[in-house]
Amino acid sequence: MCLGDDQSGGTVHQRSVVRIGASLIVASLALSACGSRSTSNTGASDGKKIAKIGVMAPLSGDLSSLGLGIQHSVELAVKQANDSNAIPGWTLQVEARDDEAKPDVGKNAATAFAAEDNMAGVVGNLNSSVAQSTQPVLASAKIVQVSPANTNPSLTQGANFKTAPLRTYPTYFRTCTTDAVQGPFAARYLFQKAGIKKVATIHDKKAYGQGLVEAFSGEFTKLGGTVVSAQTINPDDSNYQSVITKVKPKGPQAVYYGGEYPQAGPLSQQMKGAGLNVPLMGGDGIFDPKFIQLGGGAASAGDLATSVGAPTDQLPAGKKFLADYEKAGYKEPSAAYGAYSFDAANAIINALKVSLKDAKDVVSARQATIDALGKVSFDGVTGKVAFDKFGDSTTRVLTVYKVDAAKADAPKWIPVNTEEFK
Amino acid sequence: MDIFVQQLVNGLTLGSLYALIAVGYTVVYGILQLINFAHGEVFMIGAFGALTTSLVLFKGNTALWTLPIMIVGAMIASVGTAVLMERFAYRPLRNAPRLAPLITAIGISIFLQEFVRLNYNGIPQLNWNPLGLPDAKSRLPFPQIDVVTGPAFEVGGVTIQRAAIFTMGALVVCSVFLWYFINRTKTGRGMKAVSQDPDTARLMGINVDRIIVVAFALGALLAAVAGVAQGLQNNNIDFRMGFLAGLKAFTAAVLGGIGNVAGAVVGGLVLGVVEGMATQYIPGQFGGPPWKDVWAFVLLILVLVFRPQGLLGAKAVDRA
Repeated sequence: MCLGDDQSGGTVHQRSVVRIGASLIVASLALSACGSRSTSNTGASDGKKIAKIGVMAPLSGDLSSLGLGIQHSVELAVKQANDSNAIPGWTLQVEARDDEAKPDVGKNAATAFAAEDNMAGVVGNLNSSVAQSTQPVLASAKIVQVSPANTNPSLTQGANFKTAPLRTYPTYFRTCTTDAVQGPFAARYLFQKAGIKKVATIHDKKAYGQGLVEAFSGEFTKLGGTVVSAQTINPDDSNYQSVITKVKPKGPQAVYYGGEYPQAGPLSQQMKGAGLNVPLMGGDGIFDPKFIQLGGGAASAGDLATSVGAPTDQLPAGKKFLADYEKAGYKEPSAAYGAYSFDAANAIINALKVSLKDAKDVVSARQATIDALGKVSFDGVTGKVAFDKFGDSTTRVLTVYKVDAAKADAPKWIPVNTEEFK
Repeated sequence: MDIFVQQLVNGLTLGSLYALIAVGYTVVYGILQLINFAHGEVFMIGAFGALTTSLVLFKGNTALWTLPIMIVGAMIASVGTAVLMERFAYRPLRNAPRLAPLITAIGISIFLQEFVRLNYNGIPQLNWNPLGLPDAKSRLPFPQIDVVTGPAFEVGGVTIQRAAIFTMGALVVCSVFLWYFINRTKTGRGMKAVSQDPDTARLMGINVDRIIVVAFALGALLAAVAGVAQGLQNNNIDFRMGFLAGLKAFTAAVLGGIGNVAGAVVGGLVLGVVEGMATQYIPGQFGGPPWKDVWAFVLLILVLVFRPQGLLGAKAVDRA
C-alpha cells in the first residue's frame, strides 16, 4: 500500500526537508513580527505618536451582525477624530479582535490587548458573560474598557448589586443602561401599558438572559402580576417544542424571554406554530432585524423588545451618525449597538484628549485616562454621555419596540414607547 | 391527558428525526464496524443542499411542488459528500487499525463544519460567489414551504404542527423503502452478506467496495430527508446543527442496538419520547427542559447496563 511505501523509503530525505521548511516558517514569522513592531513604535509617517483603540466583539458567528456594527462604528469615531486632529501629536488606530461571544476567546483577546504598549482603551464586549472574563485582564493592565452593550448589573456594581453595590473594576465603564433597569422597564410596560397580568418567562441560562429575567420577574410580581411558568432552554437546541408544551397550558398572556435573537427568533416562530399566539418580549439582545427573519417574517408581528436609549434615528445627532455611517460605506449595518459604540469610542477619545496631551507614551498615561474617563461629559449620538461612580451611564432612557407587519412582505421594528426610567 | 398526548407527539416528531439520522450510523457500522462521526455533518449538508436548491432555482418561491426538488437537491449534496468522504478519507484506511478511521471521522466532521461556515458563500476573500449565496456564519432562515408549514392542526386539545406530520410521514416512507431495499433487492442482500462475513461475501463474487459505498449513500439519503425535515420544523438551519443531532442519533443507534437497522428506528423514537416525557413528568428540581438530556442519557446507561446489545440486539458477531 502506498502508506507503507512512504514509511519505508526516503524517510531521512523527507525529514530534513520538513526540518528546513519548519525552521524557514518560524524564521519568517519571527521576522514579520519584528517588522510590525518596529513600524508601530516609530509611529506614522507624519511623525505623530500612535495610540490604539481596541475593539472586542463577536466578529464571526451568530452574533456577528451586532459585533461588526460595533467595530465599524468605532472605526468611524476614530476616523473622525483623526480627521479633525482631536488629539494633537497623536494618531489613533483601531485594532479589532474577535471574541466569538465566548468568554475564553474574549480573555485571549484581552490578554493580547494588555500586552500592547500603545493600547489606550478598548471598546467591548457585546456579551456580559464575555466581559466578566475580560474585565480583570484589562484592569490589571490599567486599560480602560467601555462596553456599548453589556447590560448585566454585576459588571459595574459587583455580585451583590441589589443589596451592597460595590465597584469591582475601576477601568470598566459602559454607555448602555443595565438589566436592573431594562427588565423592570419591560415589566412596567407589559403590566401598565399593555394590561398583561400573566406572563411566562424563559431564559437561556447565560449571564445576560438570567439577569434580565430575574429583574423582570421581580418588578412584575411587585406590580401585582403573576409569573405562571419559569422555564429555561439550552442555547444549543433549536427545537423548543417541549418547553412550549410546558408553558402553553398555564395560559400566559405574554412570554418574556431572556437571551438573544438566534434562539428568540425560532422560539417565537415555534410558539406561534404550536398555537401559543401571545407576544414574545425580550431585551436588547433580540432587538435586531434578524429576529424577524428567524421568527418567520410577518408571523412575529406583535413581538416586543426593549432597547437602551431613544431610537437612534429620532435624535438629530443620531441621524447625523447614521448618515455619516452610510457615507463611510461599511459593508455591514451599524445594528443595535452602533450608536453606543460610537459614543463609547468618543468617550475614550475625550478622555485621551486630557490624558495624552502632555504624556510621553500611552502606558504612563493610563491612570490619567481612567481618571479622565470618569469625568467625561458630552452630548453623544444617543444622548448625554457621562458615567456615575460605578461606571454606569447616567442616562437611563429606554424604548419599547414592536414588530410591525403593516407591510406583510417587509415587517420591521417600530418604536412604540420611549421613556426615562425613574 | 391532552398534555400526555401532546408530549408524545412532540417526542415522536423529535424521535423520527433522530431515527432518520441514526440509520446512517447503524448501516455503516454494520458493514465496516466504523462509527462515522461525520454523519451528523452529512445531515447538516443535506439541509444546506435543500436551502441552496431553493435559493438558486426558486428565488423565494415556496409552492409545494418545489419541495420534492429541494429534497432531491438535499440528497445530491448529502450523498455526494458521503461518497467522497468514503472514497478519499475512509477507503485509504480500510486496513488500518480501528482508531485511525475513527479519528479521521472526527477530523472530517470538523472540516465539513468549518467548510460550510467559511465557504458556503463561495470564497469571500476573492469576492467569488457565483450562486449569490448568503453568509452561513450565522443561522439562516429555511424556506417555509406552503402546506407543510403554517398554522398547526388542533385535534382535541392536541396541537400537531404540519412539519411534524411531514417528519413522521418521511420516517414511515423511508422505513418501508429501507426494508424493501435491504430484503428484496440484490444489492440489499449483498449488504447483509458483507455485514455477516465480508471475506466470504467477496469469495461469492460480491464487490465489497461497492457495497460499502452503497451503505454510505443509503445513510446519506435518509440524512438528507432529515435535514429538510429539521429545516421545515425549526425554520432555520446553521452549520452546527449536525453536531448535537448527530450525537443524539448515535445514542439512538446504540440504544436500539448498533448495526441493527430496525433498532435504529426504534431507538430514535424511544429517545425522542423519553426526552418529551422527562420534560413534563419528572417533578421538581430535576425535571423540566434543562434535564431532558440528562434523563435521555440515564436511559442509555440503564439499557447498556442491563441489555448491552441494545433494545433490539446488535449484530452478534464482532470481528474486532
